[in-house]
Amino acid sequence: MADMIYRVNMADLSFKIEEVPADWMGLGGRGLTSTIVAAEVDPECHALGPNNKMVFAPGLLSGTSAANSGRNSLGAKSPLTGGIKESNVGGTIAGVMAKLGVKALIIEGIPEDDSTFYHLHVSKDSVIIEAVPELVGKDNYFVLDAMKEKYNKKVAVMTIGRPGEMKMLVSNISVRDPKGKLRSHGRGGLGAVMGSKKIKCITVDAEKYKEVTYADSDKFKEASKVFTKALQDNPISGEGLPAFGTNVLVNIINEAGGLPSHNFRSGNSANAEDICGETMAENIKERGGSTTHGCHSGCVIQCSQTYNDKEGNYLTSGFEYEMIWAFGANLGIDDLDMIAKIDALMDDLGVDAIELGVCLGLAVDAGILEYGDGKETYRLIKDELANGTPIGRILGSGTGNLGKIYGLVRVPVIKNQAIPAYEPRAIKGQGITYVTTPMGADHTAGYAVATNILNTGGFIDPLKKEGQVELARNLQIASAAVDSTGMCIFVAFPALDDPTCLPALIDMLNARFGIALTGDDVVNLGSTILKTERAFNIKAGLNSADDRAPEFMKYEKLPPHDAVWDFTNEEIDEFWNF
Amino acid sequence: MNVNITLKLFAQYRDDRFKVEERVYKCGTTPQDIMDELGITEHMLPLGVLMVNSKHGKEDYVLQEGDILSLFPKVGGG
Repeated sequence: MADMIYRVNMADLSFKIEEVPADWMGLGGRGLTSTIVAAEVDPECHALGPNNKMVFAPGLLSGTSAANSGRNSLGAKSPLTGGIKESNVGGTIAGVMAKLGVKALIIEGIPEDDSTFYHLHVSKDSVIIEAVPELVGKDNYFVLDAMKEKYNKKVAVMTIGRPGEMKMLVSNISVRDPKGKLRSHGRGGLGAVMGSKKIKCITVDAEKYKEVTYADSDKFKEASKVFTKALQDNPISGEGLPAFGTNVLVNIINEAGGLPSHNFRSGNSANAEDICGETMAENIKERGGSTTHGCHSGCVIQCSQTYNDKEGNYLTSGFEYEMIWAFGANLGIDDLDMIAKIDALMDDLGVDAIELGVCLGLAVDAGILEYGDGKETYRLIKDELANGTPIGRILGSGTGNLGKIYGLVRVPVIKNQAIPAYEPRAIKGQGITYVTTPMGADHTAGYAVATNILNTGGFIDPLKKEGQVELARNLQIASAAVDSTGMCIFVAFPALDDPTCLPALIDMLNARFGIALTGDDVVNLGSTILKTERAFNIKAGLNSADDRAPEFMKYEKLPPHDAVWDFTNEEIDEFWNF
Repeated sequence: MNVNITLKLFAQYRDDRFKVEERVYKCGTTPQDIMDELGITEHMLPLGVLMVNSKHGKEDYVLQEGDILSLFPKVGGG
């Protein structure tokens, strides 16, 4: 049976299963979610109102035996940026959706009776929608346990904690991973959209499914082997990431003077050695735990980890660079174990570690907190934010709103979304991605750090303007295409340096669907996605004036390089000339 | 004539070596000389990134008094 669109209307708690329109047939992941959001969501709608929709879609290769193909995309209008959002996640969901034959799950409307929350259970040919008053006010691990008990088998789970119920702009949607831990649709306040639709959790049945079909199974296997080998042979995806995790970046970004510290006042952090990937790996070795853990089945990179405390008790997993940067360098907490505790707390609550971390860094300027105070940070999240007290609500509104409420000028946001982990002034290609991507400041949209700092895909001097716009454009186009395949973004490391990698990926797409895509077709797909997203944003009221860095970065010199944000508007706007 | 150099190693380069050392080298020493001394070669975890004083540099640069040399194997994340 062909893949179908599952459509749920929360206004009358109904569902229907529809055929896939011909125009959507060749799309998956981000390509499909952005196309559906652009076609069906009024760009001027209130993101938390009845006319916003959530669109979940597995990638084109999700559910297949291809390595690292387990990313699931979620699209909607973002209540944080006011523009279109695509956020993708690992976990078990993408493979299960693809095997069920769910091309996309579209959720629209808001229930008239908003006194409770609902659980959606998606299985072959049906979506059961039932009230779950017993889960209201509970957080993510409680929901995971409840679902495990209810189904007594493996189901994919997506859930929100209390911040999502309260429609906080820092809230995310958490997804169960193969080991029962959590991954997140992190950015853009999508947990609030789920909360606005009164959905506490979504489960997808992992048992009664068909295997995905291949137009040419032998060719697929052959291409898949080449692709897997490219991932394993690459020194970054094959060695560095499994050994140190993404947190290996702390030291190199710090050495380059691009590690934003103390609310973007310096590109160096005095804490780097305390919080870096090398220290983390040493701790894991001494205490037990594991440096490798895959966020989805079929991952051969295994960049995630299990991190224990000094007594060997589990603290957290999925302990990522951007989170550790936000709390360690930007907020100045030098105790990696304390940061791990905060990470686990945020996993359970379901909040975006980047948005909340940057917001708390700004909270120091607001006089709410002091740099390095891990205990108070933990308390603010656990007691204030999670309980929705007035100060908790303010912090839960994100960095941009905190800045407005306290009359602050040095507010590190673009399109109202907090800037992650790489200083735009000192890593200028990444800065161009931040200002131009339709997503708001998002490091995954076009990872110019690779070529500015890591010598991957060549080298373009991070401190100079030359070549950065073209670099960011090429990477954003490629990323939009990769985000449509269900592939983890880290396939970019071999793809940028190993000439066998990208052709193998295209061969897999062709063998799966019996088509004849070329490299140019893939570039066109990426370009079309970006333009579709940009067109949505313009209709939503976001234009070139929103493709800008915070003004303070233009006049405040960033140590150690005394770098400023020196692109003219014309230079930035050239990005869209393609 | 000698130069005082701060030498920093990262990721796998630290294994069986060190994190940071102050060292004295004779004038004219290049990062390549130091890599040869440390056994960092194409065959064993080739060089990923070389920085001198927080800026990307080349293997044949002539080190100056007070320089900080940082050596990384290929690393990545995001």
